[in-house]
Amino acid sequence: MKVGLFIPCYVNAVFPEVGVATYKLLKNLGVEVDYPLNQTCCGQPMANAGFEQKAVPLAERFDDMFKGYDYVVAPSASCVAFVRLNYPHLLEGKHECLTSNKTLDVCEFLHDILKVDHLPGKFPHKVSLHNSCHGVRELHLSSASEQNVPSFSKIKDLLSLVEGITLLEPEHVDECCGFGGMFSVEESEVSVRMGTDKLNNHIATGAEYITGPDSSCLMHMQGIAKRLNKPIKFIHVVQILAAGL
Amino acid sequence: MSTKHSKAASAFLEHEEDSRWHNQSIWYVREKRDKMAMELSEWEALRDLSSGIKRHTITHMDQYLEQFSKQAEANGVIVHWAKDAAEYNDIVYDILSGHQVKKVVKSKSMLTEECHLNAFLISKGIDVVETDLGERILQLMNIPPSHIVMPAIHLKRQQVGRLFEEKLHTEKGNSDPTYLTQAARMHLRNEFMTADAGMTGANFGVAATGDVVVCTNEGNADMSTSLPKLHIVSMGIEKVIPDYDSLGVFIRLLARSATGQPSTTYTSHFRKARPGCEMHIVLVDNGRSDILGNKAHWETLKCIRCGSCMNTCPVYRRSGGYSYTYFIPGPIGINLGMLKSPQEYSDNVSACSLCCSCDNVCPAKVNLSEQIYRWRQELDGFHKADPMKKMMSNGMTILYDHPSLYRFSLKMAPIVNHLPRFMVYNGLNAWGKGRELPSFAKESFETLWRKGKVK
Repeated sequence: MKVGLFIPCYVNAVFPEVGVATYKLLKNLGVEVDYPLNQTCCGQPMANAGFEQKAVPLAERFDDMFKGYDYVVAPSASCVAFVRLNYPHLLEGKHECLTSNKTLDVCEFLHDILKVDHLPGKFPHKVSLHNSCHGVRELHLSSASEQNVPSFSKIKDLLSLVEGITLLEPEHVDECCGFGGMFSVEESEVSVRMGTDKLNNHIATGAEYITGPDSSCLMHMQGIAKRLNKPIKFIHVVQILAAGL
Repeated sequence: MSTKHSKAASAFLEHEEDSRWHNQSIWYVREKRDKMAMELSEWEALRDLSSGIKRHTITHMDQYLEQFSKQAEANGVIVHWAKDAAEYNDIVYDILSGHQVKKVVKSKSMLTEECHLNAFLISKGIDVVETDLGERILQLMNIPPSHIVMPAIHLKRQQVGRLFEEKLHTEKGNSDPTYLTQAARMHLRNEFMTADAGMTGANFGVAATGDVVVCTNEGNADMSTSLPKLHIVSMGIEKVIPDYDSLGVFIRLLARSATGQPSTTYTSHFRKARPGCEMHIVLVDNGRSDILGNKAHWETLKCIRCGSCMNTCPVYRRSGGYSYTYFIPGPIGINLGMLKSPQEYSDNVSACSLCCSCDNVCPAKVNLSEQIYRWRQELDGFHKADPMKKMMSNGMTILYDHPSLYRFSLKMAPIVNHLPRFMVYNGLNAWGKGRELPSFAKESFETLWRKGKVK
């Protein structure tokens, strides 16, 4: 099985350690991982801002670059959701999208494809899980709080394989943190209030860390925590899963 | 980069304590809704069914409207058709003036808000009295609803107490809810007794029987129709449903979604006039046929006006109903406003983080967030796109479509970390208002990979 690693733009520039952890973990699990050079961004920022057409060349580039792999794996639920849900219609009239269905968030890949049932590392800390919107409501990484469906969480399943971890969840378990791409600057006051409320709900769990499958949400809450001098730490899910590697 | 919504929301949030209270009060309704949804094992199946029935009815609307009006006429009801707000207002006025009506009592109807009926009738010299408690409070204050189901949810009881002191002469300083409600009842009783006509909206119109179904918690629709001899129903054409079987599906969903009640206190069926009385139904289009013909947005017509999308919306809860420029706020209001006039109401399209929670609560499965996403794509075509966002999106495409440029900027980005604070956190940086910027890594993943450091 050959996996193409997709490292979204802001992970690349701001959180390279998340990319490194993803690579190490996949490698450790015996997966053949390649990182195609010259990859950039999925195009979600401009599409959500209302300029979907600007994302078309990026979708073409992505589809062409990754079509030869068995799976495309990325440590970012939101970017994966954008590829999965929007690329087919972005490429309409050009060619069939070959990557949308095989592009997976790393948690999905570990849970559904590799069916990981043990992990080597330890993480003896209290962690509050941030259930990000697109992870929950678009990729179905966990059951959504609004729906009457059997409760599940692929991320909790994975994290509970890590020795020593204490897993917590905030009140308003999957309410939005208010990032939303350009929403965060166009509606900055609402965005900051949403983020502050979310941050406080995470802190109220007594956790040392906030973790989640999206560095973008974490980055937003981290920015607020820094401004407010809140001591809580932030870590991507995959970094916990790769603990000790 | 701002919109009328974002500015109004910002002003709303300046009142920190009130805005937190607003968020919490409305979240409480979302929680009540969740409890109801979780109690019915068939909840998700009901939502599927409701969506299916609405899709079917809306795409066969001509047949069902014809059936509905024939049944209503067979029941002795007088049916009118209004193509727009002006025609609707004229029809209602003609009926009222034909009966020498001086005072009309009304139960809640968002359609009359949509058509500005009250102001029109008042300008013609007719006294219009809202009888839903929330609506009556707003009418006495001369302000519009801030929510479609709980119109006065943004007001605190102390504000209502002060209003009633002035208007209904209640005790000074008494804002006990039971006392105030009692005072409102006594006041409204007199209005019911002295009105010449009653008006209601319609939650559903049942094609098979011609019934108009109205759901209230206060019984005010029943009072409005039981005392005066004239009853006028205002009904949007999308409210028609096939039969009692389908009504059962919607009744199970409506109040549970709206307020977290198993059903409203009163679910009243109006089929025909009382002996010696008259009942009219005005079927109003006012743009609905155009929505039906809109390939990208017609499913908005499935909405049953429960308001649950507002209650779950993290933006609505933190910005209040008045921050939106259309009279219906929240996710459904963003969409209905754009369908009414994209030129006039595009300022609300920013009020969404695309969290998709509204899609999951909607009892008719309207794809609200996807609709908002689509409207954003259309803004540039209406010349309503934000120039800054457009510039940034163009810039990003240039950057991301040229890997060498992207690589170069990845290398240069850490420089931002070392800029003096005043250059990073200034008026141009909306991010910096309440957040610190993230630090760029010394070496990007791409650089690490090229150097063979990813192992």
